Amino acid sequence: MRRQDFSTLVIGAGPAGLAAATSAALSTKNVGLLDDNPLPGGQIWRQGSASSPATQAASWFERLRTSAITIIPQARVVAPLNEQALLVETANETLELHYERLILTTGARERFLPFPGWTLPGVMGAGGLQALVKGGLPVKGKRIVVAGSGPLLLAVASYLKSKGAIICAIAEQAPWSKLRAFGWHLPFHVKQLRQAGGFGWHLRTVPYYVDCWVTQADGVQQLEAVTFHHSRRTWTIPCDYLACGFGLVPNSELAEALGCEMVQEVVRVNEWQRSSCEQIYCAGEVTGIGGLDRALIEGRIAGFAASGQMDRARRYFAARIRAQRFADLLAETFQLRDELKTLAHADTLVCRCEDVPYAAVSQHKSWRSAKLQTRCGMGTCQGRICGAATDFLFGWTQDSLRAPLVPATVASLIASGEEETAR
Amino acid sequence: MSEVHLTINEHEISVPAGSIVAAAIALAGVTGYRHSVRGETRAPLCGMGICAECRVTINGQPHRLSCQTICEENMRVSTT
Repeated sequence: MRRQDFSTLVIGAGPAGLAAATSAALSTKNVGLLDDNPLPGGQIWRQGSASSPATQAASWFERLRTSAITIIPQARVVAPLNEQALLVETANETLELHYERLILTTGARERFLPFPGWTLPGVMGAGGLQALVKGGLPVKGKRIVVAGSGPLLLAVASYLKSKGAIICAIAEQAPWSKLRAFGWHLPFHVKQLRQAGGFGWHLRTVPYYVDCWVTQADGVQQLEAVTFHHSRRTWTIPCDYLACGFGLVPNSELAEALGCEMVQEVVRVNEWQRSSCEQIYCAGEVTGIGGLDRALIEGRIAGFAASGQMDRARRYFAARIRAQRFADLLAETFQLRDELKTLAHADTLVCRCEDVPYAAVSQHKSWRSAKLQTRCGMGTCQGRICGAATDFLFGWTQDSLRAPLVPATVASLIASGEEETAR
Repeated sequence: MSEVHLTINEHEISVPAGSIVAAAIALAGVTGYRHSVRGETRAPLCGMGICAECRVTINGQPHRLSCQTICEENMRVSTT
């Protein structure tokens, strides 16, 4: 197993990670930046064959390119080793990475809720479909329904339309009353207002339903149609893809495994973005869902603070408060409604890895009990998909996180065992 | 734009360089990427390396995530 040592190691090369790594590199040598994708950018700035980076993203990629940062692509953290080291697996080798300071910018994933037909090919995450399109999936002429909740739906619909897709409908579960209140606040957030206006204009011919959600997806071998519910009306339309997402969930598994203290499923950090562990800083969605601007601000603060540039870090404190205010507004506006808890039927699968239906899972009182007796959450994704669903459906918190954090090769596990024995 | 050539279930296909394997599979007209433990046909859900619904065999190596793998010349991909 190859060993590498870093003064500052950043996990996740999305906006928060890029900001953290490049900020730390201004005063520190030997900064590492690790990501599980082939190219940096994370989800929102994902680079691929069918995408050219936005202006803002391009400037951060340029800062990365001109820095001396060591980039480790296609790498996943399998487990924390003992003091200040991580076991990491790349596409072709196992690494032992040591750090003096660690910055976790592991981002977020989409929350999916089970409804009849959600396991059909063609039903995808909103961000998920966008990621595939950026990676070369053509959607020209494809009929796509975008449904769920949050500003991501508009961003994704607008992107897919720009790639030639026919957006059949956008269904937002939030009620008008909340969206109206959100609208009143928007003029205080000029950039976001401009962005919303841009999406609105680009999507002006697309039916946009509020107080509306998908109740069912139908198809034989793949998705053929989706059914909507809106007040007392129910109707079905044919489509090729359903892009759905019910908000975001922080990827907090690594922080938890390292022993960082959590508050309501996000990592608790101080004003310097430092966690309860002295050497570990966290920034971006892992400290609370807050979007791009907040991630860039927190990333800078974490990068500066972790490398001892306190004065530089302090300059972003005021901006962080503003960004957090907008994040709070989003959370309030797009809170999921209780009706979404009743979408799954008895035979609707909740755990897609182990094919565990709602009827089996719902008999249990806790995540642990359901896991032990139904295998819910014990498959390849290790509860990352169904755990976010059962959190909303039943209020369960996951309490049994263990290494390996991601599926790993036996060779990696043997290598880590030899390391332990040698000590 | 340059192209790379690979096989999906032994059918040859060429895709733009830089495409991900998940996109190449869809381009080849294949809808099912894997079968679930009860035999249901599955395809990508999250698109970002979390759900593992897109896993396929690449160059003989099983359980590779097709959404996070870039197509390479002469790659052999098989779905189940």
